[in-house]
Amino acid sequence: MRSIFTITKLTIREASRRKILWAALILGLLFLIIYGLGFHYARLDLVKSMQQRSGMNIVLLHEMVNFLLLAGLYSVNFMVIAMSALISVDTLSGEINSGTIQTLVTKPIQRWQIVIGKWMGFGLMLTFYLLLMAGGTMGVVYATSGYLAPHSTQGVALLWMNGMLFLSLSLWGGSFLSTLANGVVAFGLFGVAFVGGWMEQIGSFLGNQVAVNIGIISSLIFPCEAVWRRLVFNMQSPLVTRLGVSFFSSSSVPSQWMIVYAAAYAVVLLIIAMWRFNRRDL
Amino acid sequence: MSTSPVIETDHLSKHFRDNVAVADLSLQVERGEIFGFLGPNGAGKTTSMKMLLGLITPTAGNGNVLGAPLGDREAKRRVGFLPEHFRFHEWLTAEEFLRLHADLYRMEGERTTRRIHELLELVELKAHAHRKLRTFSKGMLQRIGLAQALLSDPEVVFLDEPTSGLDPMGRRLVRDITRDLRTKGTTVFLNSHFLSEVEVTCDRVAFIKEGIIVRIGSLDSLMNGELQVVIRVRNLKPESHQGLTRWCRNLQIEGEQLTFQLDSEDQLPSITRYLIEQGGDVYTVQPKIIALEDLFLEIIGENDSLEPRDEAISLKS
Repeated sequence: MRSIFTITKLTIREASRRKILWAALILGLLFLIIYGLGFHYARLDLVKSMQQRSGMNIVLLHEMVNFLLLAGLYSVNFMVIAMSALISVDTLSGEINSGTIQTLVTKPIQRWQIVIGKWMGFGLMLTFYLLLMAGGTMGVVYATSGYLAPHSTQGVALLWMNGMLFLSLSLWGGSFLSTLANGVVAFGLFGVAFVGGWMEQIGSFLGNQVAVNIGIISSLIFPCEAVWRRLVFNMQSPLVTRLGVSFFSSSSVPSQWMIVYAAAYAVVLLIIAMWRFNRRDL
Repeated sequence: MSTSPVIETDHLSKHFRDNVAVADLSLQVERGEIFGFLGPNGAGKTTSMKMLLGLITPTAGNGNVLGAPLGDREAKRRVGFLPEHFRFHEWLTAEEFLRLHADLYRMEGERTTRRIHELLELVELKAHAHRKLRTFSKGMLQRIGLAQALLSDPEVVFLDEPTSGLDPMGRRLVRDITRDLRTKGTTVFLNSHFLSEVEVTCDRVAFIKEGIIVRIGSLDSLMNGELQVVIRVRNLKPESHQGLTRWCRNLQIEGEQLTFQLDSEDQLPSITRYLIEQGGDVYTVQPKIIALEDLFLEIIGENDSLEPRDEAISLKS
């Protein structure tokens, strides 16, 4: 265990020394400020126009606020995914290329402990980043409007899952691909999942089963978009759920099993990463 | 302490697709030995060392280090390694770097701190302990790398081209440290393409070429005890030359300079005495261990990238 923690500490120290932590923190705060300002003024306008037209309608206002919150979380989801892939894409392949890995693996440590130690280091930082970003977004909404979306904790957990999914993916790629190829794979899979997710929604809206099936297959290839849509389903207002239509989601809701699948997917990727790294020549 | 070999390999080989990096490696390195692994660049030295360290899985054959299978985790506690391209985590300071590797060795307590300071002193980097490795010169990096390899007071140290890219001072430091290790009874496995480096530090040498060990043995046995001697002598009568053939082979005479080969250094006083008795004025008697270089060239081939002889002169200075 001590060996794993040594690598975890090293990973966090590297991110901090190379100013990655600070850059993420400062830009994250900037994001929250901009989102907070945007949310504040959008809500003021909504309230004003409602009062002018039909009088205050708290239900409709909540729908609008919920929409703005999900828009914020949509950006957070993307940023956590991108951050997850970016900070870890180079960690194995880069150390293999530069040769720094050689003095590590010739110490009394198992190679899989290096992989899991790095995963934990990045995982901790991403968790912190996610709590800042998602917590900040929800906090801004709550502080300005007193609105709290349903299943917020579950929502954060699903965002966390997407972050870990990409972290496992980039460690898996790093165990045998070059840094660039690894990045291409990560964003390629994101693209596949993204376009598949939209096809599933549009197909479901139009009643086209082929499009829905393609969407499901793309979610099986890489489940990040399915996790996001499950989050939307959980966190959107009950009214929208009942109507079955919104900008972010549709009647085609990924099942709980898709979430289990995504979790298993992340774990399996991490195990394969350890296995491949264990076997490869360095 | 056991008397079994520290390193033992049995027909190790490594193939990368169509390319044979190491064809057949069978060798034994005894405890306390300074073992030189000598060959031109690309001969398979690094691949061999990486197999011994468990960095590369052999295609065939097997081996053990300190009685354990290659790459065994517990055995690694007693092994030190300095890789050829000494790139380390350059955002760490020298002391943090050693502390990290001490952690990986699972070393603890006050003793570890003392050991780190001791090593910083040994490699003459004490004054730079709190500087980031990023700011270090190539030679300083090599030295901190060497300190890293010695952290756990290992029983066997693997050094891959430890002096390449170093200035004469750096080379001398590495040589001195290697000698200290010999005094302490530490086994050293040294990869090098510097003939001179191996010549001054190693007990036994293996010549490797294109993945095959072409010759292995102690330096003396490899040279067959041969010695080349150059003597500068004046006023020697030409008929006295004949008398030298008692001891000398391949006698060549160029003016006042005599060049010949001997079987043993012990014959030198007799030769000098003879020359004086014959009325010669002896100015210099210069034995040269030229045979090793000849052997090296013969084995490895003249066209390969070898370091010139003057390397040895700067080392010995």
